[in-house]
Amino acid sequence: MSAIQPNVQPPVSEELELVRRAKRGDDSAFEELVRRYDRNVFRIAQHITQNREDAEDVVQDAFLKAYGNLAQFQEQSKFYTWLVRIAVNEALMRLRRRRPERMVSLDEDVKTEDDSLPREVADWSPNPEQMYNQAELRDILTRTVQGLPPGFRTVFVLRDVEGLSTEETAQALDLSIPAVKSRLLRARLQLRDRLSRYFQKRASGDGNT
Amino acid sequence: MKCTEFLNELTNYLDGALDDRTKSELEDHLAWCHNCYVVCDTTRKTIEIYRNSELYELPNDLRGRLQSAIMAKCTAQKKSGPQKV
Repeated sequence: MSAIQPNVQPPVSEELELVRRAKRGDDSAFEELVRRYDRNVFRIAQHITQNREDAEDVVQDAFLKAYGNLAQFQEQSKFYTWLVRIAVNEALMRLRRRRPERMVSLDEDVKTEDDSLPREVADWSPNPEQMYNQAELRDILTRTVQGLPPGFRTVFVLRDVEGLSTEETAQALDLSIPAVKSRLLRARLQLRDRLSRYFQKRASGDGNT
Repeated sequence: MKCTEFLNELTNYLDGALDDRTKSELEDHLAWCHNCYVVCDTTRKTIEIYRNSELYELPNDLRGRLQSAIMAKCTAQKKSGPQKV
């Protein structure tokens, strides 16, 4: 079985060149950074906040913060990792504001040990995506990932959807590498378990879910 | 290798981050343990489905508006005085 390949990201040196130009006051360079990463920031923000308006605000505030604090970016990590860190914090802040009754933190939901053990081991249909139309599939995937605790969801989105490395995810979330790995494993297993309800092989022609 | 040991290594395996020896032990386990094979295969599919899903794509019109708003705010921030370093 082949390993999952990370999403391709542009070379660092080119990004660093843009950052340095932006630091010298070249706004067109900063605008290029916005164009390069606004879609990623929006996806991350919407995954965390689960709210479109909040995600729009996060995109604006994260870039504005990055712009205002560019001089403090030390160039020891990728600009993108630094930006994601800002965006995640903004998104979590908004999530907390909307759900004050629940403390939202990246450290929560890590105590249960058995929650991720596979319960569902039925094999899936060979082409699970084709069992549903596009809108149905979207709905299934959205509801399933939204069911994860924020701490798991964030790690899964950064690692598996956005393609950050384990080290970059740890940096962006201020977590240790073992913590990232453990959350990622449990997020993946929980999603897999929940998706199995929808994607497992059906007896031919019964049409039931 | 037991099923629980397999599960602990699953993420490293799917990410291609295992040394040859552990990888081969894991693949021996997969060869005879059908449940772990299914879990491994469907976890890989889960990741691929999400990666290809294009959930929450930013629509072009909204994208244009956000970019303009961001750059306008940046310009305003610059005019209102240099940020402290």
